[in-house]
Parts: sequence; C-alpha cells; structure tokens
Amino acid sequence: MTLKEEAHVLVVFPHPDDEAFGVSATIMKYRDMGVPVTYACLTYGDMGRNIGNPPSTREDLWKIRKAEQEEAGRLMNLSELKFYGYRDKTLEFEEKGKIKGDVLELLHELKPTRLISFYPGYCVHPDHEATAEAVLDAVAELAPEDRPTLTLVAFDKRTYEDLGEPQIQTEVRDYTDRKMKVLSAHASQTAQLLIDLSKDTQIGELARERWFEKENFYLYDIEDWINNKGNK
Amino acid sequence: MKLKPLDEKKVQSLLDEYKNEPVYIHVEVTNGVYASHNNDEVFNAGTFLRNIPITYTEGTLKGGNNFEHRVGLKLDNGGWVYVTGLSHYTVNENDEFILHGIDHSGKLAAALEISRKEFKK
Repeated sequence: MTLKEEAHVLVVFPHPDDEAFGVSATIMKYRDMGVPVTYACLTYGDMGRNIGNPPSTREDLWKIRKAEQEEAGRLMNLSELKFYGYRDKTLEFEEKGKIKGDVLELLHELKPTRLISFYPGYCVHPDHEATAEAVLDAVAELAPEDRPTLTLVAFDKRTYEDLGEPQIQTEVRDYTDRKMKVLSAHASQTAQLLIDLSKDTQIGELARERWFEKENFYLYDIEDWINNKGNK
Repeated sequence: MKLKPLDEKKVQSLLDEYKNEPVYIHVEVTNGVYASHNNDEVFNAGTFLRNIPITYTEGTLKGGNNFEHRVGLKLDNGGWVYVTGLSHYTVNENDEFILHGIDHSGKLAAALEISRKEFKK
C-alpha cells in the first residue's frame, strides 16, 4: 500500500521508543515524501525497568531515554519532537482533561490530517490506554471537518480476534536497515530485541517478520468513541 | 559515581549519614508493566512512592549471603519503611543516595532512594 499525501502527520505516544517498534518506518516514509511529521512524546519513560547496561539509576534514566529519543528523531528526520515531561506510569492518574488539553492545543496548532496513536482497549500498558483516551477525547472536540484520520496501533492478544485484520498494512521492507538503526538508538530499552533480531533462529525470523515487513494500523471512527463514552 | 554492587560497610555508613534529619524517599518494587502480558501466570504487583518526606531514627542494612539485601528504616513517629531485593548502590552528583535491586536479567526490581532535597518531579 502506498501512502497518501498528507498535510501533516501527528504521532502521540507516551514513551520514548513507543514509535520505534510499530510506526518508525511509516514516519520515515512520510518524511521521504516531504510530509511533516511531529512526534508528541508524553513522558521521558523515566520509570522503565530496563535502566541500561551497565545499569544507570532511576534518577538518570530519563536523561538517557530523552537523548535516545532525540537521536531516533534525528535518524527518522522528524520535523518536530515534543516532550511533555509527564511522569511515566502516572498518565491515567493525572488531573482529568489535562493531557487532552495538551493534545487539543497541538491539534489546533498543527492541523494534522493523519493521527497515529494507540487503539483504546487494545494497547496493554496503562500509559498507552491513557494516551489513547486523551487523544480521542481531544479529537472528539474538533469540528468534524477538522478531524484527522485516526490510524491506531493495537497489540493486545485479543486484537486479531476482536478487531480482525488491520485496514492499513504499510509495506516497510525497504526500510529494514533504517528501522534497525532507529531501534538501536533506543538501546537502553531494545537490547534484547536487537539480539533476537540478529539471531539466525526461529526467534530471529519471527522478530524480523513482525517488525520489518509491515506496519499495521486500525482505522477508528471517532463517532464510536463519542457514542460509547457514556456507557463506560 | 556509577551504580556499584552493594558494599555493606559503605551502605550502612550512608544510612547513618541521612539519619535523624528530614529527608525525601523514593521507594519502588516492580516486575514490569508487561509481566502479565508476557506471561499469564504472573500476578502483576508493584508500587512506587516518590518524594515522601520522612525522618528515620534507625536505618539498618541486613541480608546478603544467600539472600538479597534488605533495609529497614524506623521512623521518628514509630512508622517503618521496609525494602528487600537490593543489590547495588551509588550516591549521585545531587547527593541522592540510591539503592537498587537489579534482577538476574539486569532489570530494576526494587529501589530505595534517600535525598535531603526533593527528587525530580
């Protein structure tokens, strides 16, 4: 599938490295087409359990991950990388509407035509879920004609069973080397994956197939979010 | 100073250094947010407490040998802070005394940190 021209693509995830696994080749494809891409990264990933090798400390991890994200951003040729500095793990407990407000401000500023974030209910990590909710709450406040196309990443075990095949499957094989470099930039978090990817075994093959062939997105109808909110 | 394997004498003397004065602590135990995603058998429990002001009147390191190290802090109001699973320590450039438990795969499993100033928000 070739990518459609967009005015601006906005990526919203909570952690440095969330972009690397599932969407970094898509970001690079857009950048190669000349489409501006902004990554809004809500935390510095300061509460990660992987604190580097040799291990750094809980107090230094945020600096390491921030620098890794800046390098990954450079490799992807991101138009803009924005950090919001929320504490990792706490997004779901933040003041109601605060993160939505940040995202809404960004939507007004950038007027993206495609938005990439997580799929609510199918993204495993509580920070991912909180991000998905804030993003959808923000998009719901835009006038219908101003809303970007929502293309969301799902990776819960129930994903295929419940949601079926992703509607957008972007071929990224040509980006294998560059995506590998982006993953490597996040070394404090991806060390084990990089070892797996280099293996000449079934584990290696599965990892390469998962990350270097296609990047998958589900289309999401904001009306579903607006209509179902009251039932939650 | 880099994180180093726990040295009992040095850690005990550091615990004594921060005793009997107002300090902030960061306490954490984690098996990772993905623990139960990766393995259905895992019951995912964890905690972190950050920037909690305390004063402790006794601070003691125990364990070692075949056990992970543990620290108990007896507070001036009779309360307690207890953390087990500690293996490494350092004091960083901000004078933050950091104890970490690094598990067999190199990941952070436990932390007790003590500082005279607040930790980063």
